[in-house]
Amino acid sequence: MPHKTFFAFILPSLIAMVLFIALPIVSVVVQSFHVEHQRVLVEVENCQPFGGCTTEVRVDTAAMAKIRAEQPMGMFNGLGTYFNRGHLAVAEVGAILSNNAGFGDAVSRIYNLPFYKALSFTLVFCFVVTPLAMVLGFTIALAVNAVPRAIKGPVIFFSLLPMIITPLIGSLILYWMIQSNGIIGATLQNIFDDPTLSLRQSPALTWGSLLFYGVWTNAPFSFVVFYAGLQTVPGDTLESAMIDGASRWERIRYVIIPHLAPLATFVALVQLMDNFRVFEPIVGFSAESNATSLSWLIFNDLSGDSQLFGSAGATSVITIIGVVILLSPVLVRTWREFNHKVV
Amino acid sequence: MSYATLTQKRPLPLNLLISLFIILWVVLAAFPFFWTVWGSFKVEPDFFSRESWWNAIFGTYTQAQTGGTFTGDGYYGAWVTREFWRAVMNTAIVTVSVTVISLTLGTLGGYALARSGQRYAFWILIAALVFRAMPHITLVSGYLLPFFQLNIWGVLPTSIIVLVAINQPFTLWMLHSFFLSIPKDLDESAMVDGCTRFQAFRMVIIPVMWPGVVTTGLFSFLLAYNDFATTSMLLSADNQTMVPKISSFLGSVQEAGNVMYAVAAVVSATVPLFILVLFFQRQIVSGLTAGAVKG
Repeated sequence: MPHKTFFAFILPSLIAMVLFIALPIVSVVVQSFHVEHQRVLVEVENCQPFGGCTTEVRVDTAAMAKIRAEQPMGMFNGLGTYFNRGHLAVAEVGAILSNNAGFGDAVSRIYNLPFYKALSFTLVFCFVVTPLAMVLGFTIALAVNAVPRAIKGPVIFFSLLPMIITPLIGSLILYWMIQSNGIIGATLQNIFDDPTLSLRQSPALTWGSLLFYGVWTNAPFSFVVFYAGLQTVPGDTLESAMIDGASRWERIRYVIIPHLAPLATFVALVQLMDNFRVFEPIVGFSAESNATSLSWLIFNDLSGDSQLFGSAGATSVITIIGVVILLSPVLVRTWREFNHKVV
Repeated sequence: MSYATLTQKRPLPLNLLISLFIILWVVLAAFPFFWTVWGSFKVEPDFFSRESWWNAIFGTYTQAQTGGTFTGDGYYGAWVTREFWRAVMNTAIVTVSVTVISLTLGTLGGYALARSGQRYAFWILIAALVFRAMPHITLVSGYLLPFFQLNIWGVLPTSIIVLVAINQPFTLWMLHSFFLSIPKDLDESAMVDGCTRFQAFRMVIIPVMWPGVVTTGLFSFLLAYNDFATTSMLLSADNQTMVPKISSFLGSVQEAGNVMYAVAAVVSATVPLFILVLFFQRQIVSGLTAGAVKG
């Protein structure tokens, strides 16, 4: 296809992506180097006829408005925002590392810094939910493959629901059930005979319920993909494995799993990408006191009265770097494959 | 012998185990929805019962407060009192526009990518893959300041364009791999017969591309419908779509003791998705697997 025709076809799409994805990334980077203006303070002398004079310090709103209009981004701050207490907290981490009471103490103090708290939950969510959801999805796929055809349709229908549901809505539905006055929460209180038991009260339980939500909503995708993969398992190979005396389990282990391995890489990649942006369940479960994520930090900076663009920008840039690191194995592989194809 | 016939000779305990497991999973997947739909027709002391959840089944307090075992009060409160219908209208406008525009841009772009063997086409695809992985909220923090300055923050068209752009990487990938599956000879023979590239696309490719477009369209629709991060930050309170509206319900409604409004709104927002899966189950499944089997 000639270059001119190619660009005529792709231009609208390209413009949309450049304007609303590439430029915003630039804008995020620029913002992250700036920080909000300091308040302009003026001393005002306040004299009353009989009380004498008092001076008080006020915010000069007129001057503030002028500065804001001149420099809407704020003051230039360089990498300052990246290293402050709300982000990488270099000074604090250094202090903790040089002066702590053992490994556990250091870890728990670093965990209490907002950025590291969010980072640890994000990573735990990614690397716990993804494998668990894949194992569950694979098991469901094996089971569904074994049932009569008439049942398969309805089972697939119900299985799709947790995946297709709006994340915020899905997490609200689960949250209402596991609240202490919801059906699951109340049942758990009964079983453990502990009327104060609440999934929100301890960080461990909150994390547990968020991870449960993650597996619930991620499993259907693995199920559907693995189920489709199972249909392509060659019958001949299975048959010869049977003739060679392979048991049911050995057939799964040595025929089916190797056959599905490329699919598993794909599923793992997509789910890691999606889980890295975990955000809605934290809002839905109102879990922010016990669990936060990188996306939630950005959201929190942007909402509220004082919008901290610099701080949100710095967290965004760090998140984007995280995404690229997560993706790098795939990018390298695709690049090699492409070069291979051209040569 | 196919895989299905091979595995028919299963011992009884294994069959029981499989059935049990499937029942367990279906309950796990579907029960929360049915429970919430059922509960949305009750009053708050029943659905969030402090005594026993049997109240939610028998509707003890619903009977006492309204005279019947089911009540539509939650729905009335959400749709009429709190004007949830506005959010529904906004969602309809946003999702339909986003789907139509993304598909238009995406089919053109995806077709070009599938038919060009150039190096830059590959780089566009790789960039799209990285963009696809980007958490949406990171982009939102880049939009806000420029949008405030241009004075286009808070209105529906802005969110629509932003969602279209966020959607493009996925749409391009999906349609690109779909167009790869349409044989090159088809449009090339049309061009041999004297069509220009665009005529070939319009007269030969468009008639055969609908299965792929429908599948991609479903996922564009879902992305626009399910979005929370972008719409909650980019729309003013009057223009909110359903999902941000529900989230803003939560804060104000919990204090006023009207949690049931939020429950009713949540159920209302789930219904379209239910219908979507009911009618397009096959397309959704094929869309999910398309990328996987080829990739």
